Amino acid sequence: MTDLSQQGLPAGPVIKGKLSRDDIIMRGGMIVIALYLIVSMVMPLYAMLSKSFSTYHVDLSQYEFQQSDKDGVFDGTSLSGAQLNSQIPVYAPKDLNTGADGRLSVTKWFPDFSFRSPVKYRLRNVSPNGRFLVSSTLYTGTDWVELDSNKFRRVQLRPIKTTGLGNFVNYFSTPALFQSIKNSLWISVVSTVITVTLAFWFAYALNRSCIRYKGLFRLVAMAPILVPSLLPGIALVYLFGNQGMIKELLFGASIYGPIGIIIGSVFFTFPHAFLIISTALAISDARLYEAATSLRTSSWRTFWTVTIPGARYGLISAAFVVFNLVITDFGLPKVIGGQFNVLAVDIYKQVIGQQNFEMGAVVSVVLVIPAILAFAIDRFVQSKQVALLSARSVPFQPQPDEKRDRALFAYCSLVAVFIIGLLAVCQFAALVKFWPYDLSLSLTNYQFDKMDGGGWGSYFNSIQMALIVAVIGTGVVFFGAYLVEKSNGFKIGRGLFQMVAMLPMAIPGMVLGLAYIFFFNNPANPLNMLYGTMAILVICTVTHFYTVSHLTAVTALKQMDREFESVSASLKQPTMKLFSRVTVPVCLPSVLDISIYLFVNAMTTVSAVVFLYSPKTTLASIAVLNMDDAGDIAPAAAMGMMIFYTNAAARIIHLVISKGVLTRTQAWRFR
Amino acid sequence: MQTNILSQDAAGEAVPSPKLYLSIKNLWKAFGTFLALKDISLDIHEGEFICFLGPSGCGKTTLLRAIAGLDLQSQGSMTQDGQDVSTLPPSERDFGIVFQSYALFPNLTIEKNIAFGLENIGRGKAEIDARVQELLALVGLPDQGKKYPAQLSGGQQQRIALARAIATNPGLLLLDEPLSALDAKVRVHLRHEIKELQRKLGVTTIMVTHDQEEALAMADRIVVMNHGIIEQVGSPTQVYRHPSSLFVADFIGEMNQFPARSAGEDLIDLGGTIVKGEKHGLPKGAPILAAIRPEDIIPHGMGARSPGAEDIIITPENAVDVEVREMEFLGSFWRCRLHHDMFGTEDLIADFSINAVRRLGLEEGGTMNIELDRKRLLGFNLEGCHND
Repeated sequence: MTDLSQQGLPAGPVIKGKLSRDDIIMRGGMIVIALYLIVSMVMPLYAMLSKSFSTYHVDLSQYEFQQSDKDGVFDGTSLSGAQLNSQIPVYAPKDLNTGADGRLSVTKWFPDFSFRSPVKYRLRNVSPNGRFLVSSTLYTGTDWVELDSNKFRRVQLRPIKTTGLGNFVNYFSTPALFQSIKNSLWISVVSTVITVTLAFWFAYALNRSCIRYKGLFRLVAMAPILVPSLLPGIALVYLFGNQGMIKELLFGASIYGPIGIIIGSVFFTFPHAFLIISTALAISDARLYEAATSLRTSSWRTFWTVTIPGARYGLISAAFVVFNLVITDFGLPKVIGGQFNVLAVDIYKQVIGQQNFEMGAVVSVVLVIPAILAFAIDRFVQSKQVALLSARSVPFQPQPDEKRDRALFAYCSLVAVFIIGLLAVCQFAALVKFWPYDLSLSLTNYQFDKMDGGGWGSYFNSIQMALIVAVIGTGVVFFGAYLVEKSNGFKIGRGLFQMVAMLPMAIPGMVLGLAYIFFFNNPANPLNMLYGTMAILVICTVTHFYTVSHLTAVTALKQMDREFESVSASLKQPTMKLFSRVTVPVCLPSVLDISIYLFVNAMTTVSAVVFLYSPKTTLASIAVLNMDDAGDIAPAAAMGMMIFYTNAAARIIHLVISKGVLTRTQAWRFR
Repeated sequence: MQTNILSQDAAGEAVPSPKLYLSIKNLWKAFGTFLALKDISLDIHEGEFICFLGPSGCGKTTLLRAIAGLDLQSQGSMTQDGQDVSTLPPSERDFGIVFQSYALFPNLTIEKNIAFGLENIGRGKAEIDARVQELLALVGLPDQGKKYPAQLSGGQQQRIALARAIATNPGLLLLDEPLSALDAKVRVHLRHEIKELQRKLGVTTIMVTHDQEEALAMADRIVVMNHGIIEQVGSPTQVYRHPSSLFVADFIGEMNQFPARSAGEDLIDLGGTIVKGEKHGLPKGAPILAAIRPEDIIPHGMGARSPGAEDIIITPENAVDVEVREMEFLGSFWRCRLHHDMFGTEDLIADFSINAVRRLGLEEGGTMNIELDRKRLLGFNLEGCHND
């Protein structure tokens, strides 16, 4: 400010403008959506973080006991819990480190205890730090509590919560858990290298050669997006499992483990990598190639000096996206990982298998670190990508080259066979009566109601949830993006909103789901009533997929003339009228894109919702997981393919609607 | 000094009523540590056509947006039609605005675009339709109502944007570089039309432009801005003929400039030759910059004084024989580079009519006699150079 006053600006407060009704509505809306994001993400994550730093320990020296004789007379000697435990070691030191729900009973320290004996007992906390339960009554005072035998057997010592790194120390000193970090990183790196290489050549063939059936190849490449990540795992079990069709091809190696995870990961991450690299290759500037040709550069050298540098941001971005998808994926390693532990599955095992929520939280924190790093680098790289485009660029037109085109066509066909093959195996498995003993075809495996997992009900639950997510999610995301892009002033609020909106992408689904348990399943939380309902599944899914939808909306909105709002205000028209009459219709293609993105992902997501479904709200993708877990692999494949067909149908409907809507509302686009 | 100018305007244009419409007082605008507007005060009268003229970054658009309430000033106040509007949001101010990008709603037809501001203010559908047709006719596009903006040319789109802005009869019309995205020919045509329309409607209008020709052709008064301050306010003829600073002289039109010394309050010492100019008021011996426009150099003839020149009163101190170094034909006139020691190594640039060149038989390499119009020869304080 001193700098300005030196230039003559009179001292005094800067003028604050009066807010118009529109300003108030827009800021209010923004605050509501920001609150939604805070409640549905920031607070659960905070709950999880604080959980990971919470250790629970029972300090036996905090308790004192007295025992009477048979007549109920106390002789006044009192022993601490620690002394009792050293006389009769009931609890080993590690038993004293428990979870939030830890309870230790005390009767074993008294060998002649019987709940019918007339002996009475007294106990107390030495300091207010001690806590014990008698039945369900909690005692924290230091007064003696006298109990008869029958009551005394209901005494349970409760742990004290301390905050610290204890859980992390515990985690890193458990070799089995620590090994998972290495496993996760290893399979993620290998999958990333393979997927990016495969996707690059596929995208190269589609953008830089004159092969036939490009449209078909593009369609096939995108197919894996329509299925849950664990579906390729099921196909791989059928192909290479213990009774696999072609398990000989593995020469005795087991598909259950890193090999299966990597092949499956390549399958389900392929479309993501392909899309990013394809975009990068599509924007290349033909003038560079003309220059290279006129300088008589060899095509090999041109490839390394023009093609690769031009696509480098796409390649880097694709690599980090794939890395992130693989390291955070839960469904695939769950199905085909066997004894090979990875972080995402560890979270599940700690929480669902061992009910060790604190350790689940610790693994989550560990998993978030590489995920956030990969996300941050990807964002940084993508922000660089934009600068490559220039209005003067001339689009590259590939020239036919028979030898190259034939090789690339063969390559694309191989990739397509791999993708279609895995899906076909699933469909085949679903229709075979009892592999490998009865190969006749039947629909027995579609009788989901006879299996674990919620039956057909879960399929319809999934469709219901996906529809709600698509409708509500699109509305919230697009409106939120509009408010943050087009409102005036309020810079700090808008900056914060943008940051919070970017966060969900960095948070793995498993972590979000677990965080929801900590936050929403807390009886003290007034939102606790949401737990176990369809609503929490919708909220979680919308939040989980918020970022990509938000970015799509922001991109569309940035292309709108930024003076529309000014014009509307000068014409004394409410901004919401502009929003509904102009903004939404003009952005309709993007709005529809967001809704189909949300629908497809809501159908296939497993990781976040696996912690949150209830018997009434089972989902199709979870049913695949649970049926597979229960050994009903064929029905799992059948359900997985149902998801595929549903998503494919949704995409077709989306295409039809988009076309219809485009011709009706986007007439202005065509002169 | 501005208040009386209108009635004195010699150009013979319609004299707007002197009623004060918009009054800006001590306006400041800071963007971070950068001051975009520094203590701007300005009065605008009802029905006036004002142009904010200046190079890019001079603050003219910032000032316009502050008037609209789109970017609020940091300090200072503003009254519009007697009402204090200093802190009002745009939706509560009375103005219509046209942007360089037109900002037409692409998915609405031309009619719906124009009708956008007519809805929700208690007008019937028939009344709105009638008004839309009236406006379409007013901007000369009566049959285009059913089309979409993308189907119109740039000039047509700009006229629709104008129709939309004046649909609700705002008291103030703001034009933010409305013509700069158009072809030169369309631009000249449209600026005439806008001026015509403004005169017909009598709406107070402020236009931002960086094109001096546009400002000279359209404005009742020009506000020349530079570095966040107002350099001069005046009618087109005033700012052209009597620029108050070297910046204004340099920015509007072309100007020969030569370092010189004051030789008295209206005398200039140009390389030892004393010439007479407009009163500059600087003390004798002070370093000054002598400036004269190329068209203010009066040609008198080749070699010796031409026969027809006798009847023109030539002050000996302002007439000089020069060498014609270069002649460039620019269509409607000749641009000549003239040399004389009094101008140093720089050439004096003079624009002569084709007639004059033919009549005087001017040719490259010859000598001729010229006169520096004493009413047009200006002397500026050299300090003024730092303004630039």
